[in-house]
Amino acid sequence: MSDFPPRPGPTEADELRRRRRGRNWAILLVLILLCALFYAITIVKMMKA
Amino acid sequence: MSDLSANLDNQARGEQSPLVSGSDIPHLIHAEADVKDWIALLKPRVMTLVVFTGLIGLIVAPGHLNPVLGFTAVLCIAIAAGACGAINMWYDRDIDAVMKRTANRPIPGGRIEPGAALGFGITLAVGAVLVMALATNLVAAAVLAISIGFYVFIYTMWLKRRTPQNIVIGGASGAFPPVIGWAAVTGSVDLVPLVLFGIIFMWTPPHFWSLALWANDDYRRAGVPMLPVVAGGKETRRQIVIYTILLVPLTLVPWFVGFSGLTYVATAALLGIGFLVSVWRVLMDKQDATGVSLTNDAPARAAFKFSILYLFILFGGLAIDRVIG
Repeated sequence: MSDFPPRPGPTEADELRRRRRGRNWAILLVLILLCALFYAITIVKMMKA
Repeated sequence: MSDLSANLDNQARGEQSPLVSGSDIPHLIHAEADVKDWIALLKPRVMTLVVFTGLIGLIVAPGHLNPVLGFTAVLCIAIAAGACGAINMWYDRDIDAVMKRTANRPIPGGRIEPGAALGFGITLAVGAVLVMALATNLVAAAVLAISIGFYVFIYTMWLKRRTPQNIVIGGASGAFPPVIGWAAVTGSVDLVPLVLFGIIFMWTPPHFWSLALWANDDYRRAGVPMLPVVAGGKETRRQIVIYTILLVPLTLVPWFVGFSGLTYVATAALLGIGFLVSVWRVLMDKQDATGVSLTNDAPARAAFKFSILYLFILFGGLAIDRVIG
């Protein structure tokens, strides 16, 4: 147990949370855009057919 | 679960848990990368040129592709290029750590786990090929898959650390995008996209070797057998000129085969003269007896920058010529 480093301080934990939040928002945005793209591709393909 | 039971048994005996050690926690903290780090994995600056040449291949191809499908095709090319960048960064993380130019990349910088980068790259690669197949056709998807495989297996894993001809042969992977763009529209690979492939193929050595001349110490430190490390500065400068002399007439072929008009051929000719002047200066650079530049490789840096502009304007001229024509 004494080998464990100290817990991250408040500023480090905030930084971690900020990065995780940023990454999560980016993933959400990518997923939404991907859905929109697949929808548009489907419409185009159906129009062609 | 058996690991967890063993873990608890170990703790009961006062032994440290093997599942989480003290060294893992700083590692976990370092693994929390910014969005910028994930984007950096994709090598966005390299992606720009790839996307541009792919777009030109799409524009100059005969036929029509719905703008939504065209956008998707270009996006797939971009994502595939990014995937190659991520996988390359995963594989080359050991030499990236040693080279000044690359030491702060996300993996050697400790901000992204190697396994995460590999998974990211593979997911993007597979996704790009699948979406290309769905949005356009199987030929474009197949060429995209081949280009990814070529870059990852032939260049990154095989040639890069083994031969000074690494970027000559491996440069083929950067030459695929206009072929992919063309195939996305036509569903086939014809003479003209193969000529565009050839142009980028012949452009790659003078472009990369100009970079390698002034990044020579970095490549030597990392043990990468780039031409300046293996054969010296003198021979590298000579080869740069030879490849450029071979490149310039090749850029005139689209006009010879009747694919493009005077706008393109004039652009290609003027750019060719500019590139030849630029690499001539590299050849005439003041150097010592061993071929080391006494001007801090100023002509090589200038030639490298010019080579990027060269390709942009050359392919842009082709597209403008087709649109006007």
